Amino acid sequence: MATEKVIKGTIEKISGPLVVAKGMYGASMYDVVRIGEIGLVGEIIELKGDTASIQAYEETSGLMPGEPVVSTGLPLSVELGPGLMEQFYDGVQRPLHLIEEVAKSHYISRGIDVPAIDREKKWGFVPRVKKGDIVAEGDVLGVVQETVLVEHKILVPYGVSGKVLEIREGDFKVEETVAVIEQSGEKKNVSMLQRWPVRKPRPVAKRLPPVIPLTTGQRVVDAFFPIAMGGTACVPGPFGSGKTVIQHQLAKWAEAEIVVYVGCGERGNEMTDVLLEFPELEDPRSGQPLMKRTVLIANTSNMPVAAREASIYTAITMAEYYRDMGYSVALMADSTSRWAEALREMSGRLEEMPGEEGYPAYLGTRLASFYERAGRAIVLGKEGLEGSVTAIGAVSPPGGDLSEPVSQNTLRVTKVFWGLDANLAYQRHFPAINWLLSYSLYTDKLDEYWDERFDDEWSSLRIEGMTLLEDEDSLREIVRLVGVDALSKEERMVLETAKSLREDFLHQNAFHEVDTYASMEKQFKMLKTIIAFHHIGMEALKKGASMNEVFNLPVREAIARMRYLEEKEISKIDDLEDRMKQEISGVIPVGGESDAA
Amino acid sequence: MLPKEYRTISELSGPLLMVEKTRNVRYDELVEIELSSGERRRGRVLEITSDRALVQVFEGTDGIDIKNTKLLFLGKVLTIPVSRDMLGRIFNGRGEPIDDGAQILGDKKLDINGMPMNPFSRDFPSEFIQTGISTIDGMNPMVRGQKLPIFSASGLPHNRMAAQIARQATVISGHEDFAVVFAAMGITFEEASFFMEDFRKTGAIQRTVMFVNLADDPAIERITTPRIALTAAEYLAFELNMHVVVILTDLTNYCEALREISAARKEVPGRRGYPGYLYTDLATMYERAGRLKGKSGSITQIPILTMPEDDKTHPIPDLTGYITEGQIILSRTLHRKGIYPPVDVMPSLSRLKDKGIGKGKTREDHADLMNQLFAAYARGKEAKELAVILGEGALTDEDKAFAKFADIFEDRYVRQGEYENRTFEETLELGWDLLTVIPVKELKRVRDAYIEKYLQPRMQSGEKAEAVPGKV
Repeated sequence: MATEKVIKGTIEKISGPLVVAKGMYGASMYDVVRIGEIGLVGEIIELKGDTASIQAYEETSGLMPGEPVVSTGLPLSVELGPGLMEQFYDGVQRPLHLIEEVAKSHYISRGIDVPAIDREKKWGFVPRVKKGDIVAEGDVLGVVQETVLVEHKILVPYGVSGKVLEIREGDFKVEETVAVIEQSGEKKNVSMLQRWPVRKPRPVAKRLPPVIPLTTGQRVVDAFFPIAMGGTACVPGPFGSGKTVIQHQLAKWAEAEIVVYVGCGERGNEMTDVLLEFPELEDPRSGQPLMKRTVLIANTSNMPVAAREASIYTAITMAEYYRDMGYSVALMADSTSRWAEALREMSGRLEEMPGEEGYPAYLGTRLASFYERAGRAIVLGKEGLEGSVTAIGAVSPPGGDLSEPVSQNTLRVTKVFWGLDANLAYQRHFPAINWLLSYSLYTDKLDEYWDERFDDEWSSLRIEGMTLLEDEDSLREIVRLVGVDALSKEERMVLETAKSLREDFLHQNAFHEVDTYASMEKQFKMLKTIIAFHHIGMEALKKGASMNEVFNLPVREAIARMRYLEEKEISKIDDLEDRMKQEISGVIPVGGESDAA
Repeated sequence: MLPKEYRTISELSGPLLMVEKTRNVRYDELVEIELSSGERRRGRVLEITSDRALVQVFEGTDGIDIKNTKLLFLGKVLTIPVSRDMLGRIFNGRGEPIDDGAQILGDKKLDINGMPMNPFSRDFPSEFIQTGISTIDGMNPMVRGQKLPIFSASGLPHNRMAAQIARQATVISGHEDFAVVFAAMGITFEEASFFMEDFRKTGAIQRTVMFVNLADDPAIERITTPRIALTAAEYLAFELNMHVVVILTDLTNYCEALREISAARKEVPGRRGYPGYLYTDLATMYERAGRLKGKSGSITQIPILTMPEDDKTHPIPDLTGYITEGQIILSRTLHRKGIYPPVDVMPSLSRLKDKGIGKGKTREDHADLMNQLFAAYARGKEAKELAVILGEGALTDEDKAFAKFADIFEDRYVRQGEYENRTFEETLELGWDLLTVIPVKELKRVRDAYIEKYLQPRMQSGEKAEAVPGKV
């Protein structure tokens, strides 16, 4: 643990967020330091002899060479315990509402030291172990109802195991002792508050392959490019293609028990939007406000750049902490490009040899080790609980060009790629996920899962739908060259169905009260109906029905409006198949049967 | 203790100078530089080590010599005096009056760099601003507290459009204190005088504060100009509770100045020689737009930038687009067709549009109508492209309807007069008028109820929209 000797140096040089200090011999890499008389927070990122390079998490204006730098001897850590939920933090886990209170201002001033977790609030602790029990790290000591949605499990801290000498019940503050554990003759007091260094992954008992879907209520995602619990996904796209709206939609509707949302170097107004909207929105499963299961972290683009670098680690450490309680956690990071830029800025100030486009050579390894912290696992503890962290990162490639280093390094490690397309966005086709570009490496595994639930029909529908969309693309090429008249009736039918898939299924309006979320059952019914019309229509055309009549049947209007049916009315979709059969029989010419024969 | 005077400049390079043997100098401190001619300039500390300081001179280093120049470290950051009296006045890029008026005796002095707004303390922008321009109000509605840039290019009428917005912008909820802060960076005298004349002529000057850095003013001064303007805007908005629209033009010149400093410091460049921190630097300006809880004022920003080679992926528009809440893009094709304002609605976007429109704000049908117009225009343009390759004959009847729609949309909706101020109702009604040329079953983006309420009466009256050739 912390060395007793305090290491105190002096400022040698200041250049933006980089502070160089002398006399730091004995300090460790990534130790947190306090800079200057006002005590700004910083982290050591380079050591040379007794000189330490420090990235400051706050604006360095007004610092002077010669001012003191004091090492805390501890790596950058987050506080973990009840009270994280519903919080709104900055990149180094300071609650933004407390910053406002302490600063008495609408602006973020410097040198503010506020506790990440409320020290005064009392939580009702219900023990799960008895005196005399033998416990090990990760075991559940007791539980606290953190919010209506989240039962917060107090775990035996990492590195602690032994006999429970004492266990309490009742209302406690987070720092009060709730259990005493005897470890090799030593008594250890355990409180509800723990600390964990952000750059170190929390350990698990066993890692598992991601084979269970994480549904999101977004049709293009769930049906065609699904993500698994514990999986990784990236959403690259040029500005205006709807990255943030997709991230918001996933944060709202993903079937995760806990959501950690980190706005990394993004717009202030967007974070405010989330903050105002989430308490209002209802979780479709529990009927409770979404905020009750959400932690928000915001380090907007105008806030200090080094804290932006730290923010995604702060976020994933919290996500891992809830995973260790056996929850499925979804982490959204918007945007990892801004994080990479923070890395680049610090690297530049350190005068490191740059890699591609000025990014440091270690960009790829940093990104990979971040995404590798996602996953599904059996967590520590004798209960053998299963938890997962699903990581979804937005990428903002300059000019939408995916050949740049951040996109490329991200694509190498993530398994799902939702490629956003500016052209779709211009046509106001949202989510603007290009179906020909995107992929999910989880599809096969998840097909098995859904086939079991949807009478073995799911995967064939999905594959047929995707094939139609691909066929459409090549047919449209022909139309562009020689005109639509060159196509056969069957090919025209393919175009019609693909259009219906695009407009009535893939297109989803995030701002429409019903359309914003579709359950898997609804998605299945919708997809089934669209494909059914394809088959019935194709049949009719073969029997001599005219294209105009088939394409303009009144039932198609109803197909187009399926998406606006509320979840409780979705059984109405089942009737559409009968209706289309009935209507189509009216347009098949008499004697058509024999034509086809 | 009196500030100490230094005569120890060791190096001059571009806009930077190096001072040796410094003691007790603070990072970011304001520096006063006295030339041998007696002229005084100002600068700020960019980097310090224990015995030397790197200073960026705001007015440029021409005429500074190593031997006789004196430096004074002032122990504070750059501030400007602010007051209500700034309204109606014209200042240079350093904040000094150039309109023969009196000096501003500030109510207080404010740090030009401001401080980052706490996202928790922000209030979400949600009130519609009417600009009187259909392509903005109808298709890309702007709200108070938004930052919505205009991406233009050389030779396009962005200045006329900016002036039109400055003249016409109003909040529909009633008459409230409205102000315009205008910051010009590196624009020509001709352009600057266009704005000054226009504002004087239309009376808009009364509610305007202008900061003008001309093309022949020191480039380096452009780094401070927008920050001074935004500081004035913050004072007007959050201390005097006014609704402030800040127009910044031309951001491209600002970024070039930033690149100049970066190059002089021999920093590792990012894309196209711009510094790696261009995003963060732009964000510290753009993010100063917004609203604060418990304050009735707001800052809405309209930065204007010219895209080099009309290229949207150039770092300046690209990084801007990632920070701002949308963008209005001007099109050379429309401009050639003689359409003013040449707003290319397809790639244009207002991210906060959904917050500012709808029942109680504009009208219930606004969102659906907007989406439908977008979709129809997109399809119409596609059909027209097809017709170019294959001839009109290859189009289906529907495609023909959409192609016609695209034409009349550009002609009647996009096109409007420079002094034509359309109310948002006029814009919405016009949208429905135009939709009459499209078969109803193709209108998938609008709710049935709205079709009945707004479109059916038009269809029944049998009046379909027609393009009026030559109408301006």
